[in-house]
Amino acid sequence: MSISHALLGLLEAGPRHGYDLKRSYDERFGHDKPLHYGQVYATMSRLLKNGLVEVDGVESGEGPERKRYAITEAGVTDVAQWLRTPEKPEPYLQSVLYTKVVLALLSGRDAAALLDTQRAEHLRLMRELTRRKSGGDLADQLVCDHALFHLEADLRWLELTAARLDRLAARLGERAA
Amino acid sequence: MTARAARTARTAGTDAAHAPDVPGEAVPGRAPGLLTATALHKSYGATPALAGADFSVAAGEIVAVMGPSGSGKSTLLHCLAGIVPPDGGSVRYAGRELSALPDTERSALRRSDFGFVFQFGQLVPELTCLENAALPLRLTGTRRREAERRAAEWLERLEVADVRHHRPGQVSGGQGQRVAVARALVGGPRVIFADEPTGALDSLNGERVMELLTAAARETGAAVVLVTHESRVAAYSDREIVVRDGIARDPLGPVPAAGGGTA
Repeated sequence: MSISHALLGLLEAGPRHGYDLKRSYDERFGHDKPLHYGQVYATMSRLLKNGLVEVDGVESGEGPERKRYAITEAGVTDVAQWLRTPEKPEPYLQSVLYTKVVLALLSGRDAAALLDTQRAEHLRLMRELTRRKSGGDLADQLVCDHALFHLEADLRWLELTAARLDRLAARLGERAA
Repeated sequence: MTARAARTARTAGTDAAHAPDVPGEAVPGRAPGLLTATALHKSYGATPALAGADFSVAAGEIVAVMGPSGSGKSTLLHCLAGIVPPDGGSVRYAGRELSALPDTERSALRRSDFGFVFQFGQLVPELTCLENAALPLRLTGTRRREAERRAAEWLERLEVADVRHHRPGQVSGGQGQRVAVARALVGGPRVIFADEPTGALDSLNGERVMELLTAAARETGAAVVLVTHESRVAAYSDREIVVRDGIARDPLGPVPAAGGGTA
């Protein structure tokens, strides 16, 4: 997730203080990972240095920072460019689970038990997200659905692998021989 | 809290609330079971469909039965519900051995204590949605007016009151399945058996049916045995039973001694 682009995008609605930006980011995109104040101020300093934001005003008052930031023309162009550019799909070719399954088979451990344990853990998280989704608003539902579909894909892979463990073990045995 | 501890706490709470009158099965480390399968076996001709099912479902618990196609999930559900007699092993419900009951008594028990939801609704095409939902009550002798009053309440609750006078052929798949859920709930069952209840629905309709079904079950204290191959549907349950090659077991149950627990 590009935090700087997300903060820039939020600034398009109008100038804001760093604290307001953090709160707005956390509400919309933070979910389980709210931003640290340090991250916000470090990001704003960088954006300022690169000419993508400017200081719209400084207020003296309580708190460590009362600068109000505004997005610049260059900032708007940068956000537009970011939104236009497709995200690179994850290749998912480096799988910890696959590595664990192979190592379990190579060492004569129970790979099926490993897959069962992983399935239970995935389902535990899916239950948690399903509960959160049921009690949540549309934003919660969409974010949880994104996670649920990815977990579902993992689970389908676990089932497929469980059904092919004997073949995988035989293939690994051939290579080792 | 571990998943097992959470489950034990939840099912213990449910039992205290809903099932003090039910003679349960004593399973070490578990809340007493309302429905218990022990060493269940079933073959169709030479083909084994179930080769050992051992688990228990507590009152008020929602249990997903998962596994690939042809693994024996539906056979397991039919044996648990007393629709199909097992070849070996036993199914005990509320302290009674199902296969030891005479057919008439078993049928009566199914009508009074069990509710069913199938993949394709299986509503009676000649009856209206209201008459379909009222059917279990009519079959146990409730008068028409009272049966339809209670059925109408469930149709309302399941957001299909507006199609109560339609026949099943005139409603969408999602609406028909909600009528089927109303029919399963109308008699106040202790156990609801749901066999791929969302299998014929798109994901939004499927989710709504699952939300309504599980919310109603939690409110009424009914246990649900939910057969599904979809993990997103299973995520509405409290725990899962995995069926593979006809063997059904609780994945958090005893781990095989040799080489287990390496993950």
